[in-house]
Amino acid sequence: MVALIRHRTDAFFTGLGRFGLLLGSAFSGTPHLRLYYRNLTEQFVRVGIDSLPIVALASAFTGAVAAVQSIYQLEGSFYLPKTAVGSFVTTSVILELGALIAAFILAGRVGARIAAELGTMRVTEQIDALEAMGLNSASYLVLPRILAGVLMFPLIYVVACTVGIGMGIVVGETTGVIPLATFIDGARLLFRPYDLFFGVVKSLAFGFAITSVSCYYGYYTSGGAEGVGRSTTQATVMSCVFVLLADYVLAVIML
Amino acid sequence: MIEIQNLSKGFDGRSVLEDVSLEIRDGETFAVIGRSGSGKSVLLKHIIGLLTPDAGRVLIDGTDLHALSYGELRKIRRQFGVLFQGGALFDSMSALENVAFPLRTFTRQSEAEIMDRAHWCLSVVKLPDAGSKKPSELSGGQQKRVALARAVALEPRYILYDEPTSGLDPQTSATINDLIVHLAETLHATSIVITHDMNSVLAIADRAGFIHERRLHWTGTMEDLRCCADEATLAFVKASEYVI
Ligand SMILES: Nc1ncnc2c1ncn2[C@@H]1O[C@H](COP(=O)(O)OP(=O)(O)OP(=O)(O)O)[C@@H](O)[C@H]1O
Ligand SMILES: [Mg+2]
Repeated sequence: MVALIRHRTDAFFTGLGRFGLLLGSAFSGTPHLRLYYRNLTEQFVRVGIDSLPIVALASAFTGAVAAVQSIYQLEGSFYLPKTAVGSFVTTSVILELGALIAAFILAGRVGARIAAELGTMRVTEQIDALEAMGLNSASYLVLPRILAGVLMFPLIYVVACTVGIGMGIVVGETTGVIPLATFIDGARLLFRPYDLFFGVVKSLAFGFAITSVSCYYGYYTSGGAEGVGRSTTQATVMSCVFVLLADYVLAVIML
Repeated sequence: MIEIQNLSKGFDGRSVLEDVSLEIRDGETFAVIGRSGSGKSVLLKHIIGLLTPDAGRVLIDGTDLHALSYGELRKIRRQFGVLFQGGALFDSMSALENVAFPLRTFTRQSEAEIMDRAHWCLSVVKLPDAGSKKPSELSGGQQKRVALARAVALEPRYILYDEPTSGLDPQTSATINDLIVHLAETLHATSIVITHDMNSVLAIADRAGFIHERRLHWTGTMEDLRCCADEATLAFVKASEYVI
């Protein structure tokens, strides 16, 4: 038992060390700008633009459900004013739901793709081929993906918030319970610009967590097709774990 | 010059190579033969520092690869062209893009020059029309040849071939053998060719080394092979249907 725990802790720290090394060499490379430019724009599109539809869909439903639930609670209470719905939907989407829902979707969508892509490149010796040419493979493969994650995630977050709150408004209007003006009054009541700043910082952290963790699992894949499958699963699971951790830590630090 | 000194390597406690020492002189073509699983590809990966020896050293022009910083190692690697056993083509790029990749990365040539060179390299490996195809649309042998074109696109000083003719028909094999000889002559390249194919060894190599039971069992010239190789080596050679 002790041996097992020791083995696990050792493995954890070795993993952490390799994670650090990977990021180190990814960020230390003298970039071949021409090459990276292509790679970077491609990653921007794949990480960011391609994810927008599904993120929008998920946050639409999240916003709608948040609105329905708060209307439901409103009906059971004599004390809550109607503006509470707007306050509740807006703050929960901006502070937590927008970024978190988007993060979970990206962990599945972008994280899995990154891990499978890099894992396949590893087991088919494409990474060895890059290295053999004298390229810094970590910098060539990992850096653009992390940059795309970090830079695109805030955009995705803003879209998620807009759509989520928008759907809250639509639900309020269509059920006839909360008119637009009341909703906006409620939203204004509790809204602080700092919340939005907090959300953006969070989305930067989530973007980094998802892409770097997935790159790590993909880059160090071993063991053929089975290994690629394993890395892909680990990448999504661990991305989610790190997103939740980051979520908690940032809440403690910043709120 | 490539020097391998007392190199040993194992994986997970299982030894693959033991005490291998070998010198490959500038300009020569050296063939590495040996059974499947004997450690030929492992040896090749040590020469470009993709694997780290458990013991021993690899020297390129006198510099110990594993004493170098990563940046210096990458500089040395740029003198090498490597054909991996599985081709290792970038599957996100077309065949032409694969061949153009090292040119784009490491030269300042114009787009037109790069395309000219890439087309030319593909025609040398007898695939002039495959340029627009993705690796997944090519046969195994075709992938290998595109990979060969990519390996030599930059006219490297050292060329490492991991089974360049395996999976190819005799005629295409002969073309590839000619190409290897031609490159060695025109570029004055130093080549290491891993192969099972004794016909190709005799066609291209100046010297050969036989890996057997984890050791470099035999090295010598083609004449040595005919006259004085030991039993184990001859048994391996004879098994490949070549009659000396
Ligand atoms: N990364 C690795 N991890 C663990 N074992 C390995 C690794 N690479 C090679 N081996 C082992 O080392 C031995 C030699 O492998 P290698 O690929 O060098 O054989 P080979 O001589 O090239 O064979 P073939 O002619 O079939 O290509 C094999 O038994 C293989 O299982
Ligand atoms: Mg091999």
